[in-house]
Amino acid sequence: MIPADPRLRIAAAFAAVLSLSQLTAMPVAALACAGAVLAAAMSAGGLPWRRLMHLEGFVLMLLVTLPLTIPGTPLVRVGPLAASAEGLAQAALLGCKITAAVLTMTLLLAGLDPVRLGGALAGLRVPPRLVALFVATARYVETIGQEAARLRDAMRARGFRPRTDRHTLQSYGNLMGMLLVRSLDRAERVEEAMRARGFTRHLPLGEATPPTGPDIARATLIAGAAALLLLGDRAWPILSS
Amino acid sequence: MADPVQLDDLHVTRDGAPVLRGLSLSLGPAERLAIVGSNGAGKTTLLRAIVGLQAATGTVQLFGQRCAAEADFAAARPHIGFLFQDSDDQLFCPTVLEDVCFGPRNLGRTPAQAEAAATRALAGLGVAHLADRVAHRLSGGEKRLVCLAGLLAMDPAVLLLDEPTNGVDAANGARLHAALAAFPGALILVSHDAAFVASLASRAALLEAGRLVPAEIHDHPHTHAHPHLHKAAP
Repeated sequence: MIPADPRLRIAAAFAAVLSLSQLTAMPVAALACAGAVLAAAMSAGGLPWRRLMHLEGFVLMLLVTLPLTIPGTPLVRVGPLAASAEGLAQAALLGCKITAAVLTMTLLLAGLDPVRLGGALAGLRVPPRLVALFVATARYVETIGQEAARLRDAMRARGFRPRTDRHTLQSYGNLMGMLLVRSLDRAERVEEAMRARGFTRHLPLGEATPPTGPDIARATLIAGAAALLLLGDRAWPILSS
Repeated sequence: MADPVQLDDLHVTRDGAPVLRGLSLSLGPAERLAIVGSNGAGKTTLLRAIVGLQAATGTVQLFGQRCAAEADFAAARPHIGFLFQDSDDQLFCPTVLEDVCFGPRNLGRTPAQAEAAATRALAGLGVAHLADRVAHRLSGGEKRLVCLAGLLAMDPAVLLLDEPTNGVDAANGARLHAALAAFPGALILVSHDAAFVASLASRAALLEAGRLVPAEIHDHPHTHAHPHLHKAAP
């Protein structure tokens, strides 16, 4: 069901998220959300629980704040504050759309190796500078993470234990500062090493092969489903009246 | 006094492959143990396991106390100075003095006490003049000495040294050697520098197939020739 060609995956994900972001009817958004959850649950990786946990925390915050900030028919009163039904509906709609969008992105893009994703972006005519930036970031995030882990180990080895005091804050400040300084140094060294090997602002990202027919069909199917959702969304007020 | 470090049947697995396989070791209060082994034999892993930075199964006893949880290791770490292989991992404060103060501050010393201990440690290594320099712009040898000062300022009973002479020039190497020779506590030294090991260690062991095998340090004359570099005559 999911196209193998990374370019088509990006294009399909882009089309799907674009449609999802425009949904306004709650039933349609709920349908999209249910569809995405079903598709993710049936995929090889299963539901990405960790990612969803972070996401739903944010959605929960919307559910709490939006009813209080959007004026409308009051549902519950807490002192001077009133939770509106309109706010609640708005938050539920947003929650469905966000969850559906993130699950779609996860399904289509999470399995892609960052370097291949870079090549795909270049294939979609994203400016080479942005592609190089993306590929380098994806490559070095882990290195910098390891550097941070080693620094933290060394701090622990010298008896550091985080507390709520000035010394702890100062030490963490120094840690962050040192990571930034060293990342900058590393960036310069990497760039020099790339130039030393003849880099001229264009990353060699592999041959671009034309996408296969079945892949195009799969991507079209995904984008088509998303377009259908949008159409249903626009038709909903007329159908339900 | 109990042995500062006592390991029994230590096992460590990393990325699915066993690194240490039933390693045992006991280090006396003033013993100087040199550990040699090929790249990837697990020397650094062993040092990390001693201070609890690397999860291991088996028993680790530090100063007679069995250490299992992070809290046990955290209590023992102030008495064990660990010199990391890469000095840059250790130096994270902007200036040298701040970095050397970091350990004493973790022990609960006041800023003034910490600074006094730091100044003393730096002077003891002959690098007092570096105190106000930016830590991360020092030369490799200077970084090494500053790292060691950061440990000595905590007054440890044991030093764990991971390749202490890596990237250190002759002059700074001599300072390092003198400081370690004068250190009264126990130490474990992981190094490829045979001459350095031979002149500091009282005992040697080979890390092989995940265990320590006793080794011998001996001294015999060699006849040899090697190229020298001298300043050219004008």
